[in-house]
Amino acid sequence: MAYAAGVDVGSTQTKAVVLDEAGSVIGRALIPTGANVVAAAENAFSQALEGQAIADTEVGFVVGTGYGRYRVEFGDTQITEIVCHARGAAHMFPATRTVLDMGGQDTKAIRIREGGDVLDFCMNDKCAAGTGRFLQSAAAALELDLSDLGPVALQGRRPVPISTTCTVFAESEVLSWLARGKRIEDILAGVHRSIASRSIALLRRVGIEGEVTYTGGVTRNPAMVAVLDEMLDLHMNVSEESHYMGALGAALFALERMVKARTGADREEVAS
Amino acid sequence: MRFMAGIDIGSTYTKAAIINDSGELLGTGLHKTGFRLNEAAEAALTSALDDSGVLREKIAYVATTGYGRNQVVFRDVQVTDLTAQSWGSRFFFPGTRTVLDVGGQTMKAMRLDGTGKVQSFRLNDKCAAGTGAFLEKTARYLGYSIEEIGPLAEYSKESVPISGVCAVFAESEVINHVSNGAQPADIMHGAMISLIERSVRLMKRVRMEPEFTVVGGIARFPTMIRVMREQLGQDVNLPPEPLVQLTGAIGAALLARRRLEKREIDDSARDAAVESAQ
Repeated sequence: MAYAAGVDVGSTQTKAVVLDEAGSVIGRALIPTGANVVAAAENAFSQALEGQAIADTEVGFVVGTGYGRYRVEFGDTQITEIVCHARGAAHMFPATRTVLDMGGQDTKAIRIREGGDVLDFCMNDKCAAGTGRFLQSAAAALELDLSDLGPVALQGRRPVPISTTCTVFAESEVLSWLARGKRIEDILAGVHRSIASRSIALLRRVGIEGEVTYTGGVTRNPAMVAVLDEMLDLHMNVSEESHYMGALGAALFALERMVKARTGADREEVAS
Repeated sequence: MRFMAGIDIGSTYTKAAIINDSGELLGTGLHKTGFRLNEAAEAALTSALDDSGVLREKIAYVATTGYGRNQVVFRDVQVTDLTAQSWGSRFFFPGTRTVLDVGGQTMKAMRLDGTGKVQSFRLNDKCAAGTGAFLEKTARYLGYSIEEIGPLAEYSKESVPISGVCAVFAESEVINHVSNGAQPADIMHGAMISLIERSVRLMKRVRMEPEFTVVGGIARFPTMIRVMREQLGQDVNLPPEPLVQLTGAIGAALLARRRLEKREIDDSARDAAVESAQ
């Protein structure tokens, strides 16, 4: 049996997905990227194989993706995360035509064809506004755990208007609302709306078509999912796999290349 | 003798200045702004009063400026930052035609006419990359405090290029440089160069003319001024330490004085009119 893997080295977290030849996910892992990007890629990969009776040599093809894709030293090739998220989303939700990927430092809106080919995309290339970083800053300012933000924000009844765009200034705005006696849940509800409206602006630039699939680390945040659904007036596809979508897409490409390389080799053998 | 106070409630610090009837600066005060703006104004004023030896009840007029100017309940009038900085800059350098004001959360460039009237201005308050917050973040990523920014950059032998597009993205840039063995001093120097490049672009947009005067919190870092002189190829006025952060407050105090004088002229004109009518 041979296996294929995708390793998605993001700015904040590194994800790895291992597929068997049938394309089923047999292992996955998620770890913080930290300062040592090369080690993060290695660790995520070996964690995804942990508990499986698979040696890493049995993994026939590895695709690296994400901003640290060139630091996946054991990778056979690299593919951009835009293409990988599109591929993963189309695999999980075949009716997907629009993908919103919200990660730690960037947010991307991607319009795709059936099957996952990218038609157009748009991202925050200038600054961290409207990305997961905004949530991290808010969590730090309020001394909350990142995973508590969503549940707390869902309690908010009167979202506070967040006027700053810049992630750095948002931190002080959050504190100033707190000083003015606003409730944490209302402040956080406002923070989520502010991020959502920036990503919706990105989505509108590529054009929203068909089903929208939501990918990336921020999909774990239930308040962000709820507020995006509400503001977009639709139901985005979200699943357990959403966080791993880039790695899944990379693994699917790896599997494809592995099969192609093998049939190519078979043909060569036959020819000789 | 009467006295006037100017209070500049900035995003990071609140500054106060006391002047007398003849426009002489008598004392100043500085206090962290925090979130209670009225209290910060009160505290800065109190230390300026202590510094000048003037009693609170002798203050005839209080003008406020800065982003918190409307939150100060004991003000007599509020003036915009632009007007206050124009007056404050000309207090030190009457020939000033272009003012660059870089504070904790804003960057402003303005061009003045020969009388100090603002002819044109440009402002950035949307993005931390063009403000003191950029240096503050860079320092924090390097493990230094705000107070250490100035001395740190002085050690630099050569600068490391910092793109300065986003204060958040700068974090990974800084971490990369550190892991490649760059010196913190050289990274800080690079961040300053990137900030100055942004400010020169802003000044070009107001069609800058000499003399140039730099005010605001970042002007207290000697490296900033040196880089600025290099990039402009011109001399740059810098108010004397520690008053470089106080030009807004001083300008506000001068405007308080003018307002008071004008009101008295108006009052006496009205009295005269009433008298002649009788």
